Amino acid sequence: MKTTRRVNWIAGAVLLLSLAGAVGALHAVDRIRQDATLQDTLYIRSSKTLRRLSLGYTGLLADIYWTRAVQYFGFQHHNDSRDFRLLAPLLEVATELDPKLLPAYQFGANFLAPKPPNGAGKPDEALALIRFGIEHNPDQWRLYYNLGFIYYTEFKDYAGATDAFARGAKLPVTNEMMPVLAARMAQHAGEFETARMLWLTTYQSTKEPAIRQNAVQHLQALQVDEDVTRLEELVAKYRQLSGKLPAGLSDLERAGWIRGTPMDPTGRPYRLMSDGRIEVDDPDRILFITKGLPPGMRSPQPKVAARN
Amino acid sequence: MKSRIASVAFNTFREAVRDRVLYNLIAFALLLSGAAILVGQISIDIERLVVVNLGLTAVSLFGVVIAIFIGIGLVSKEIEKRTLYTVLSRPVRRWEFVVGKFFGLTGTLVVNTFFMAIGVFLALLYVAHKFEAMDAWVLVALYFIVLQFLIVCALALFFSSFSTPLMSAVFTFALFMIGSLSEDLRGFASITRGIGGWLATAVAYLVPNFSALNVINRVAHGDAVPGRLILYNSIYALLYSAMAISGAVLIFQRRNLK
Amino acid sequence: MAAIEILGLEKSYLTGFWRKSTKQALRPLHLTIEKGEVFGFLGPNGAGKTTTLKLLMGLVFPTAGSARILDMNLHDPRVKAHIGFLPEQPYFYDYLTAQELLEYYGQLSGVPAKERSTRVEQMLARVGLQNAARTQLRKFSKGMLQRVGLAQAILHEPELVFLDEPMSGLDPMGRREVRDLIQQLRQEGKTVFFSTHILSDAEALCDRVAVIHQGELRGVGKVAELTSQVQGKVEISFYGRSAPAALLSLGAQARVSGDMVNAILPEEQQETALDVLRREHIRLISLTPLRSSLEEYYIQKLQPVESKGAGA
Repeated sequence: MKTTRRVNWIAGAVLLLSLAGAVGALHAVDRIRQDATLQDTLYIRSSKTLRRLSLGYTGLLADIYWTRAVQYFGFQHHNDSRDFRLLAPLLEVATELDPKLLPAYQFGANFLAPKPPNGAGKPDEALALIRFGIEHNPDQWRLYYNLGFIYYTEFKDYAGATDAFARGAKLPVTNEMMPVLAARMAQHAGEFETARMLWLTTYQSTKEPAIRQNAVQHLQALQVDEDVTRLEELVAKYRQLSGKLPAGLSDLERAGWIRGTPMDPTGRPYRLMSDGRIEVDDPDRILFITKGLPPGMRSPQPKVAARN
Repeated sequence: MKSRIASVAFNTFREAVRDRVLYNLIAFALLLSGAAILVGQISIDIERLVVVNLGLTAVSLFGVVIAIFIGIGLVSKEIEKRTLYTVLSRPVRRWEFVVGKFFGLTGTLVVNTFFMAIGVFLALLYVAHKFEAMDAWVLVALYFIVLQFLIVCALALFFSSFSTPLMSAVFTFALFMIGSLSEDLRGFASITRGIGGWLATAVAYLVPNFSALNVINRVAHGDAVPGRLILYNSIYALLYSAMAISGAVLIFQRRNLK
Repeated sequence: MAAIEILGLEKSYLTGFWRKSTKQALRPLHLTIEKGEVFGFLGPNGAGKTTTLKLLMGLVFPTAGSARILDMNLHDPRVKAHIGFLPEQPYFYDYLTAQELLEYYGQLSGVPAKERSTRVEQMLARVGLQNAARTQLRKFSKGMLQRVGLAQAILHEPELVFLDEPMSGLDPMGRREVRDLIQQLRQEGKTVFFSTHILSDAEALCDRVAVIHQGELRGVGKVAELTSQVQGKVEISFYGRSAPAALLSLGAQARVSGDMVNAILPEEQQETALDVLRREHIRLISLTPLRSSLEEYYIQKLQPVESKGAGA
């Protein structure tokens, strides 16, 4: 029995060691193949061909493509930068295979249109995608919402936005904000408020973490832009009244125009610069802001920081 | 010890040949020649693409089918037909028997692949009229396909050591399908939370990774295959096969032959 | 040393749909087989003969107990080089020819390459298959397969040969040949252990026999001793159409076949019976003392036993 036992031990050891080693090698392979999965899937861009190849299992194939997209672009990604160049063809293929793949349209609406590095910088394609989605899913209010959103944010096309929100508002199942947004578009109403409403609606109507985080960042940016505008107006008023710039924001407080130290949404105090402008304390931390930045600086690249 | 393993391996190879397994080469040759001729009539520029894609996919699929159908019979058929009795009454150890069978089966597939590879290159020559530097990558793709066979053979042998031929075929084939999507599986596992996530991750790592071994599309487009990928894929395939074989050995060691 | 020492070897199986009930294929077996003897393992079908052989071959693992073969542990791989095995109704790789099979088996058994082909030829000739050497086994008849089986069992000249029902499926000629082969092996000093349910073979060939029934050893003994007991009867054969009345009055039981009569009567009446025949001018054919046959021992041992562990 001794030899049998020896064989058993050796075989058992080989099994465990090779299992461990195999998993390790697999890790290494995965890392090398990070982008490869996505590149691989896009070798065949013709959805007609894909349709034939899938032997009828188009739904499954679409889901696979979509899962890969989410993996790659979502916040669980390993790399630090997101390359949105592949997003457009991926979404195109996925939705052609399965036109009812609603999450794909949401993703496209949020990340196709904005300019790099926050998006793929393809607003026209985003429009085309959403229109395609509406064609195949005419009763989904979110698609009309997306359409209106893109018209407004990317093209400043108030007519188009009004039309989209209005059509969406007429659906049997819709969001209560739709008629409100339609009205605001029609009136060219105040930018901040409209934008805030839009982003809030986006945030509230989706569970997709990437889209939510994007919306939150935009809302924060809006807050900053609004704060900076207001503070700069107060500084100007102070100057007008007293003939000189306030020494610090505490002067405004003493004047009774603000209460406490004004903070930005990340909890940092705003700073008054020597030329009367207001700047945020740490410009690198807040995305999408158009005000409160040092001169000549544009809002920084998003880093995939929020690893939950 | 080595000579016994070699004897078993050679006998396994001989069985495959006499079982007319290698006749599949004829079917393959017909398929490939037909495709090459057809492709020559269609538009330019994609003939190479089609020949490489079709040829390599056929090599891969034919091989997997052969691996499964011979592999499942390797142990279970011998037990059923009781041919094992007189073999095991000789000084050959049970583990030597399993390992010998493995080498015999993979040897058969390597020979098979070799002839198929010649066919692919001939077809390539026919449609492209010359060889280019990028054709060398086709060899890498073929090498990966052979690695794929190693894993499939090991799995078939593993299942064959304890279940019936039919169930072994089903399991091995199922693992082949799942393994082809293993990267997606791991991606899915990484997004899932909680117990489901742990379970999915465990399964995703246990399942053989065939997707990384499929570079057919890539070499069809003439793209290079990174050297590190070749290295790690080789290590992975060898270790995974070793794992499956040692599993087979452990099971077969304690099996009561009816 | 003993050729085979079986020390309490036991085998049970779990059966039934839920694998709850136990079936004992072999109860604890204690048996010793000496070197150089031809040992017969007798029993009806399903008695446990094949199970015992499979246990000894390491094809099946015992539930309890152990065994030593040629003073080595049963599962020691070195044992296999010294034993040969012919299973019941053997199967071989049918895509091989007889010669290829023996070559392959020779390789596995460690027969040196130089001698292998000669040895194979010799073995094939010895079992009478020299003309079928290059025929594929799938074309072999049952008898031919049996012979190949014998050839592969003794190919590597093992000291100890195990045969499971070696005569099964053979015609009388084949059986005669196998018998001769076993005799030859014995003359060569080899130990032969074979199982059978054909008693005449056992009687003719074996030094000792064991009877096994329902997984239990019922008896062991030397054939010579078991059959030496004279029954106390004689059988007289003579020419005639009927037995003389005088004979019958002696208590004879007579049987007529053609122009011959067989009469069985007690041994004491032997002389008186001969006188009767002489008086009647009846021609005597033969006079034979009747011995108890192995069959009777066998049948007796197969009877249900009250207590466990019935000895010889």
